Order: sequence, then structure tokens, then C-alpha cells
Amino acid sequence: MEHKLTVEALKDGTVIDHIPAGQGRRIAKLLRLSESGQRVYMGFNLPSQRSGKKDLIKVENILLSAEDANQLALYAPDATVNVIENFEVVAKHKLGVPESIAGVLVCPNSNCISHVEPVTSHFSVRSRHGEIRLKCKYCEKAYAKEVFTGLS
Amino acid sequence: MANPLYQKHIISISDLSREELELVVHTAAELKRHPRNDLLKDRVVASCFFEASTRTRLSFETAVQRLGGSVIGFADAGNTSLAKKGETLADSVRIITSYVDAYVMRHPRDGAARLAAECSTKPVINAGDGANQHPTQTLLDLFTLHETQGRLDGLKVAFVGDLKYGRTVHSLVQALSLFGCRFYFIAPPALALPDYLYEELDERHIEYSDHEDIEEVVPELDILYMTRVQKERFEETEFHQVKSRFVLTADTLAHARPNLRVLHPLPRVDEIEIGVDQTPYAYYFQQAENGVYARQALLALVLNETL
Repeated sequence: MEHKLTVEALKDGTVIDHIPAGQGRRIAKLLRLSESGQRVYMGFNLPSQRSGKKDLIKVENILLSAEDANQLALYAPDATVNVIENFEVVAKHKLGVPESIAGVLVCPNSNCISHVEPVTSHFSVRSRHGEIRLKCKYCEKAYAKEVFTGLS
Repeated sequence: MANPLYQKHIISISDLSREELELVVHTAAELKRHPRNDLLKDRVVASCFFEASTRTRLSFETAVQRLGGSVIGFADAGNTSLAKKGETLADSVRIITSYVDAYVMRHPRDGAARLAAECSTKPVINAGDGANQHPTQTLLDLFTLHETQGRLDGLKVAFVGDLKYGRTVHSLVQALSLFGCRFYFIAPPALALPDYLYEELDERHIEYSDHEDIEEVVPELDILYMTRVQKERFEETEFHQVKSRFVLTADTLAHARPNLRVLHPLPRVDEIEIGVDQTPYAYYFQQAENGVYARQALLALVLNETL
């Protein structure tokens, strides 16, 4: 007998699929889903034909905008973002590079003022020769996305 | 029409346009020729130095007083509520800026000035934030370049010494690239200009070249900008080798053009021999004096709708 874990279908909300396994938690944090007060379903290490394993997030009653979806591009460039209204997919966002990321990442510069003052971190995002660089609004230093280890 | 810097925060040199940089340079020249003691009349400027910086602080405070304004503030943070009571910088800035017309700040943390600007309803002038920015040094450098060469466009400028860590060099290179200058970089490999700056110059199609020796480029130059190579960046023996190659002597300048001027953000240690002081090329002490005029110009523009 086949065992299947099912999650009820969304009436209104967003499904983020094809997240690289291991990145789901980071993305939920990036989008501040747990603070949203809405019901969030997360699947880790689900089977994926495309990549072997994937993470998946479903969130009720939050319809992600294209700019919201773009925030994922740094960590899950191949994710699909389907916005659902009344059980119908009403938008499929193609991911692009976001203009900025606020309040999620921790500046890698240990001397940056953002570490010691009650401020929201803020990075402008620039893509150059296919490499994404994030520049801190405060210390003005730019870093490759791989350098970011901490989430605020 | 209000001048474009009126009530503006001055945080990073990259926030200023070519026109705004020229406005400061020309205003500084005007104030040097024709001093004004009324431009900050009845104005109070806070001078808050969370780390010591003798020259910058004294030249700012002189600038305020020469323009007829008055100064409040402190020269080190040790005795403030931040250090003694754990107040945040954000709260300190909110309170102090409610007392004054403009807020000048030096702080050891990168980005402190941007944060201060977010908390202030009055113009914030960055007098240095950690290793990040020191825009008024760049403004006084630009003023000095213009004063000695009569122009900023198309100058041939060499930078010598520590080009990796020197924020003075980084900011001046960025500002001068708006004026199509040609650069010569002379530094030990360990202290070469950061890659991001080379990339910016490439993007702007600015001509530059790297060199190991000062003498070979001297005959081409309008400006020779010296910086200090710090001992702690090297092993002892390596330091002595490096140091001897990046020291300027009067002999090195034998084939200089008559208009060449040697600049240095100071303090110097031994990278410019005393003998250079007596040559007509030495201009670093006048450059330091120009700090007062450049800061006067900035304060006057920030606090007066029209001059």
C-alpha cells in the first residue's frame, strides 16, 4: 500500500516549489512567513524528478508579488512561484534579481554599524557579468551572495 | 533657486554629482579669496567625534567659527552617555540634532554616518565613518587640485603607497573619474587598489596604469598623491624593502613638470623626505590648510539656501 502525505489544497495563497533541498528554511525566513500569522506548510527533502530532492512551501492567504518572488532568486533561482486564488493558479512568477533585500541578511562586515544599532539591514542588489553582488546601505561594502552566512 | 546641497546630508562622496563637487570647489575658492564671517551667524553646529581625529575636528570647528557660527560637541566618546550609560547612537543623534542646525560626526564604525542621517532631521556631515568614507577629505583634495592646476578635467594623477586600505585614495579616485582624469597606481602588490575600483574605472572607460616605481612616471604627472604605508601590514624585513621603494625624495622629482604638486592626506611618517618640503612641488601643508576652506564651503552651502 502506498503511503502518501497530503497537504490540503490551497484556496488562496502561494506555492513555492522546486526550492533546492536545504534552502526552504532560509526562504521562509527571507519572506518572513512565520511572522505573517498565516498558515504555512513546509516540506523538506521531498522527492524531485528534476533534482532528486527539493523543498516546498505553501502559504495561505499571502499572494506573493513579482518583487517578493524575486527575493528568492538569490537562493532558489529555479524555484517556481504559483499564486492561487479560489483554487486556481492566477499567476506564475518568473524569478528575476530583486532590487534590494531588507531586514533579512546580516552584513558580513563585522565593523558595520548595523551589528550594534537597532536598524534593519538593507542591501541593494547588482548583477554584473552574471555574478550577484549585495551592497550594504550602511557600510557601502559589496559582497557576493555566498559570503552571507547569517540571517537576522 | 536653492543651491543643490541646501539641507542635504553629506555622507558619501558617491552621493555627490560632478556639478555638486564643482560647486563646493568653487565656493571654497571664493571663501579663501573673500572670507565671510556671516554665513553661519546664529547657527549652532554639533561636532561629535566618537574617535579622535585632531586635524579633521579642529578644521571643522575652525570652519564653523570663521563663518560666524558656534560649536558644541566632544572630542572623544569616553565621557558621553553612549559610553557611560549604553545609549544607542541612534538615540544620541536624535537628541543632539534636535539642539543644533547641523551635525558633524566622526565614528569608528563603518556606516555610522548613514545611520545618523536616518535619525536626524538636520543635515549630517560625515567626518569619517570607520574605514568607509571621509567625503570632506576628498572635497579638500579636489579643491587643492583645482587650486594648483586651474582645472579638474583630464589631470594626470599618480597615487603612491597603500592603495588597498586608504579610503582617501578610493574616494578621490571615484570623484576624479567623473572628470576624466588619467591615473597611475604605484603600490606594492599586497597594497594594490581593490578590484572593485578597477572595475568601476573600466566601466567608466578611464585610462590607468600600474607601476612599481615613482620615478618612471614623474615626468608625465600633474599630481603626485602620496600615502603612508603602514608598518603593521608587513613582516619587518619585507616592510623595509617595500618602504624604501615608496619613499619620495627631492631627487625623484628631478624631471617633474613645473606644475607638478605633491599631496598627502597627512600625517606623514617617512614616506616623504623632509628635503621635498623645500621644493616648489610640495603642497601638502597648504592642502591641510585647505581643509578649513573646503569645510567652510560645505557648511555654508548646506546651511544657506543661497550664498
